[in-house]
Amino acid sequence: MGNTNSEEEAPKLPRPVIDADECKSCGRCVAACPKKCLKLGTVLNNRGVYPVTYQGEGCIGCAVCFYNCPEPYAIKVQKA
Amino acid sequence: MKEIKTVGMYETFDRSGKHTRATHYCAGCGHGIVHKLVTEAMVELGLQDRTVIVNPIGCAVFGYYYWDCGNIGAAHGRAAAVGSAVNRVRPEAVVISYQGDGDLAAIGMNHTFQSANRGEHMAVIFINNAIYGMTGGQMAPTTLVGMKTKTSPFGRDPLTMGYPIHVCETLNQLRAPVYITRVSVADTRRIMQAKAAIRKALEIQRDGKGYAFVEVISPCPTNLGLSPVKAAQFCIEQMEQEFPLGTLRDNTKEADPRAAPAPKPTPQEYFEAGETALPPAVVDPDFKELRLKFTGFGGQGILSLGICVAEAARMERRFTSWYPSYGPEQRGGSAQCSVVISGTPIGCPAVDHPDVLVCMNRPSYERYIGDVVPGGLAIVDSTVPLEVKPPEGVRVVQMSAIDLAIELGVPKAANTMMLAALMELGATGLKPEHLQAALDASFKKKPELVEKNRALLREAVSWLKSHT
Repeated sequence: MGNTNSEEEAPKLPRPVIDADECKSCGRCVAACPKKCLKLGTVLNNRGVYPVTYQGEGCIGCAVCFYNCPEPYAIKVQKA
Repeated sequence: MKEIKTVGMYETFDRSGKHTRATHYCAGCGHGIVHKLVTEAMVELGLQDRTVIVNPIGCAVFGYYYWDCGNIGAAHGRAAAVGSAVNRVRPEAVVISYQGDGDLAAIGMNHTFQSANRGEHMAVIFINNAIYGMTGGQMAPTTLVGMKTKTSPFGRDPLTMGYPIHVCETLNQLRAPVYITRVSVADTRRIMQAKAAIRKALEIQRDGKGYAFVEVISPCPTNLGLSPVKAAQFCIEQMEQEFPLGTLRDNTKEADPRAAPAPKPTPQEYFEAGETALPPAVVDPDFKELRLKFTGFGGQGILSLGICVAEAARMERRFTSWYPSYGPEQRGGSAQCSVVISGTPIGCPAVDHPDVLVCMNRPSYERYIGDVVPGGLAIVDSTVPLEVKPPEGVRVVQMSAIDLAIELGVPKAANTMMLAALMELGATGLKPEHLQAALDASFKKKPELVEKNRALLREAVSWLKSHT
C-alpha cells in the first residue's frame, strides 16, 4: 500500500513507517514528537499536501506520533 | 518486531465505490484519534466479535466504513435509543454509542438522559468539539460563551442563547450510570488518558456492569478556523476552562454484573396481561353490524359502560371494537366511546351514525341525537330535557340512571342503570346473561361489588318495566 519502508526488512532501530499518500499534513505528529524527528516534507503527495517525513534518526519508538495521528493508516511505528 | 498500528478497522474503506485507506475527516480532526482508541480497546479486550457500534448523524456518520465490527446507523439523536434496543435483543452484545455534541446533546439529549437513567448497558463516546461540524460550523449546545459560529456571528450570548451544556455533570445527578468521565485528545498526555478511559468504558461493557459515559474534548480545526495544532491548543486553553477534564464518577468496583434477563412473556401473554383469553370471534353473516355510541361527561362511567358491552360481545364470540374519545380532563370533560358489534370483521371502529345512542347529559344529547339512524334507539337520562326533537323514526327512551343510582345509594352506578336499560330493551343484540357476566367481570378486582351491582341491575330493570 505504498509504504515507504518495506515491511520485510527488520529494522535494528525503532522507526515510524509513513504512508505518504494517507497523510493529510495536519502536523499533529510533528508537534507531538518528543524527539522532534518528524517534519512536513517538501514533495506533494497524491492528495496534494506535504506529508510528514521521518528525519531518519532519533526515533525512540514511543508511538506518540501514531496516537496523535487522526488517520488510521498514515503512520505506524516499528520497534526492534 | 513489534508494530504499533491501527487495529480493528477494515483494511480498506469501501465507500462510494472507492477503496481508500483514508477517513473522510478533515486534517487534524479529533474523530480519527478517538476511532483508533475505540477499535484498539475493542480488539485488545477481545470484544470485536461482540461489539455493535451505533453510528450517529454528524461527522461520524460514516463510522461503519471504518469500524470492523457490528454497526448500526441511527436516526439523528437516537443512537441511545437504538443502543437500548440492541441491549434488549442482543444482551450478549457490547454496545458502543458514538455521538457528537449536536447529536447527543441537542436533538438527542432526552434519549441520552433517559438511557443513562435506565442504566443501559452501553459505552457512550461523546465527541465534544463545541460546534456543529458536518453542517458547517453552526452553534452547538456545547459552544463556549462568546464563541463565534455561523449562527452566533457576534459570539454566543447567554442572554438569548443560553450557556454551554455540561453533559457529564447533567448525567452525574442520575443514580444508574457507573462511569462518567471527561477526557481530551488535544495532546499526547490527554490522548493516553482518553485511551485508558475508553478502555475502561469497554471493560465495563465486557463485565456487564452498566452505563459508561466518556466525553472527549476533540478539535475541529475546519470550523474553528484554526490550524490542527492551534485547534488542539484551543481545546486545552479555552474548552477546558468550560469543560474541566476528570472523572466525575467511577462505581466500577461496586457495580454488580447484570443479572441474566428474566424469561420474556410471549406477545400473547403481553396482550392478555394475565387475563384468560376469550375464544376468537366466529363469523356469522346473519348478525347485522350494530353501531353504538355512549356519550356523557367524564366520570359518569361512559367508557366503562362501552367496555362492558364490548366485553359481553366478546363473550358471545362477536367481532367487536371499542373506540374512546375524550378530552384532556380525567373528570368532567365530555366523553364518548363507540362500540361496534358485528358478525363479520369490523372495518372501522368509529361510529358517526349510531343505531343506538346512550346520552347521560344534556350537551351530548343535543350534539348527537341528530346523528342517530332512522329506526334507531336513543336511551337518554331522565334529567335531560328533550327540547331538541329526535330525527324521524328514532325512538327515545328516558331512563332514570343518575337519579335512580343516587336513590339506591350508589351514585357512581349510573352507568349500571344504563346497562340495565340496554339489556331490558334488547338494544345490543346480545344475550342478557352475557351482559350480566361482563358486568361481573368488570368488578373482578373488587369482588365485593359484584353482588351489589347485580342487585342494582335488577332494581333498574324493574324501574324501567314500571315506567315504559
